[in-house]
Amino acid sequence: MRERFGTSALARFAGSHEGRLLAVTLAVVAGLSVATTGFLTVQNLFDLLTSYAFLGILAAGLLVVLVAGGIDISFTATASVAQYLALSLANAYGLGWTTTFALAVAAGVACGLVNAWLVDTLRVSSIIVTIATLNIFYGLLVFVTGGQYIYALPDWFSAGIFWFETVDAEGVSYGLNLQILLLVAAFALTWLLLNRTTIGRQIYALGGNRDAARRLGFSTRRLTFFVYGYMGLMAGLASLAQAQLAQSVAPTVLVGRELDVLAAVVLGGASLTGGVGSVLGTVLGLVLLAAIQSGLVIVGVSSYWSQLCVGLVILLSVSSTALTLRRRAGRVSA
Amino acid sequence: MAAFLELQRISKRFGGVRALCDVDLALEAGEVHCLVGENGSGKSTLIKIIAGVQPPEPGGRIVLAGEERTRLTPAESTRLGVQVIYQDLSLFPNLSVAENIAIGLHLGRPRSVDWRAIRTAAEAAMARIGVALDPDVKVETLSIADRQLVAICRAMAAEARLVIMDEPTASLTRHEVDALLDLVRELKRRDICVVFVSHRLDEVMEVAERVTVLRDGRKVGTYEAAEMDDHRLALLMTGKEFRYDLKDVDVSEQPVALAVEGLTRTGDYEEVSFTLRRGEILGITGLLGSGRTELALSLFGMNPPDAGTIRVKGREVTLRSNRAAIEAGIAYVSEDRLTLGLVLEQPIAANLVVTILDRLAGPLGLIRRADREAAVTGWIRDLGIKVSNPANPVRTLSGGNQQRVVLAKWMATRPRILILDSPTVGVDISAKDGIYEIVKRLAAEGVAIIMISDEIPEVLYHCHRVLVMRAGRLTGAFRPRDTSEAALRVAVNA
Repeated sequence: MRERFGTSALARFAGSHEGRLLAVTLAVVAGLSVATTGFLTVQNLFDLLTSYAFLGILAAGLLVVLVAGGIDISFTATASVAQYLALSLANAYGLGWTTTFALAVAAGVACGLVNAWLVDTLRVSSIIVTIATLNIFYGLLVFVTGGQYIYALPDWFSAGIFWFETVDAEGVSYGLNLQILLLVAAFALTWLLLNRTTIGRQIYALGGNRDAARRLGFSTRRLTFFVYGYMGLMAGLASLAQAQLAQSVAPTVLVGRELDVLAAVVLGGASLTGGVGSVLGTVLGLVLLAAIQSGLVIVGVSSYWSQLCVGLVILLSVSSTALTLRRRAGRVSA
Repeated sequence: MAAFLELQRISKRFGGVRALCDVDLALEAGEVHCLVGENGSGKSTLIKIIAGVQPPEPGGRIVLAGEERTRLTPAESTRLGVQVIYQDLSLFPNLSVAENIAIGLHLGRPRSVDWRAIRTAAEAAMARIGVALDPDVKVETLSIADRQLVAICRAMAAEARLVIMDEPTASLTRHEVDALLDLVRELKRRDICVVFVSHRLDEVMEVAERVTVLRDGRKVGTYEAAEMDDHRLALLMTGKEFRYDLKDVDVSEQPVALAVEGLTRTGDYEEVSFTLRRGEILGITGLLGSGRTELALSLFGMNPPDAGTIRVKGREVTLRSNRAAIEAGIAYVSEDRLTLGLVLEQPIAANLVVTILDRLAGPLGLIRRADREAAVTGWIRDLGIKVSNPANPVRTLSGGNQQRVVLAKWMATRPRILILDSPTVGVDISAKDGIYEIVKRLAAEGVAIIMISDEIPEVLYHCHRVLVMRAGRLTGAFRPRDTSEAALRVAVNA
């Protein structure tokens, strides 16, 4: 009766956004590997993971907000606040890992809850609210700190972690560092949240049909607090990953990168209207972004071109999704 | 049989407005009950009270599944077996069929999702009422009819004992309505009480046993469905007598406004020929997919034909765009007024003049406010649109009044030929009557009108001539006084 009735999971995946994205990503990676010798090396992959961890952790948080039908622009400011607060207190009071992380996460969640409270009570679109809070958080931070960098970080923090260290034939060592660990943890946690908990499914439901979710008795208020709080949590974690990598706290360098994160998540298939998006898609979106940006640098193209390239890829990705949807809609109405 | 739900002296006010006044209602297990009334009669308020969404005024009494209450909460109402299927179905388009059906399993304190339990619950609910849908597809890929099945399965999964369906047939084709009614019979066999809230009764009456009529917040009465007919129901709902008869106007002497000869668009319709005279109301009826809407769109330049000729006032025209059609004096009022006919968030006034901006524009292309206001007031008066302020968004108007705004918008282009596609879908009886009045008046003023509808009484009682379309061809022409509803129904379905 219906031909799609028998469609296998594999065929369904191939036709999905994630399926097409995987194909494109593999093609780009394959192309770069053939064109250069430096791209597909273990060292480069570890370097990429480490340097894109900051964006990736934030992307995991933003994905959850987008799925719920909201958007957050303020997370880079949140991360700046969390970073500064946690590490300056760690310096002042000689705090350890646990307390420092707890502080960063608490600061992030607090900022997230402010966003949630504003979105929920003002009922203004979240993009406006978070553009405002981006400026407020950032403005306050720069005012209080005078924009001063912190270069002297606690020794244990500067040293970071390096687990499962292995050394290859050329004497280069690899291992699990703080960035990779946090990145993997952020994606794993987000995957579990979205696919394996009732809260995650309620978040999808909320993004898919807000009125219906409310009628069913889901607490839209509590979910709003949860998703923006979760974004804050991720911003807190990302901020420490970034500070550890940069070996400094710079209140002014994070703000401005929010669009990179948004690009990765949207490239990954998340919809700005809510209800759609997956961790796999976001991971692929991030990988594609990283491959293009770093790959072009390795090939020797100027970074301006790589920006242009990223723009084109986003445009192509979005229009291919829109075209598929339109074709599908056309078939149904015909 | 004991009543499953008994309501006594239920009243509700909103501010100073009485929405419900001393309404009694008893519903029995395994009964199919119709709740009818015009917009604003209190139907939705009554449903909200049963669903626990709104509390009634003190003094009333609710007995649901043997438990007595003065009011219900949504959770309690659900626990006692009440499920409301709202007109928008409240589904999650981005989630799978299985998850939509078993969405109730996500309620309660946060915990991990048992996907197997969700699938089992969904399959059990579907199996119980004989629905076969792929549990893994997303609801957004389903047709409206299939989505409705999902909503009903969800009610089943929630152990419903009373299912209230708000306007369930509004967007279904006849065939789909039949399938729905079969399903309702199945629910009835399982001793589930079904309440239909509907405007379109001819269909629902086939399964309903009793009908409760509300008017202005009061209960007019509960009647046996067997002794009810359209005419009596209209009288009970509105308190007014509607006489559906069209004076047999002889238009054979009038000049031909539109002549269509051998019009064909492969796949849509074939060899369509007819003439339409000045002042004539020509009905075209047929099933969904018979080609009626495609034909109308061709006449409006939006679906160019492959072969055949269209003559307007004797002159052959080629209609390659709707602009060309408007210039030829043809106007088209779409089937779906909400998505195609109006910009809902824009003011009523802006919607009214959008088709004649060119004409209103003065030098430099600017529009004088006075001209614009004169045009707007004129149309509001002429079509009797009930408007508190033309600056309000169209969204704030009732369905019937929105329909009039669409009509006014097109009448403003001074068409000689007006095509109305299902002009009264989703409009209640009084408003329908208002629209028929306007159509009649326009015809009397010399406009040639084509009225497309799948409601047989609509074309039978309001047109001078009826053409039947089947599988892309015109298969019959009828004069209303020489035919009957039954004969037309046969011609349409044959």
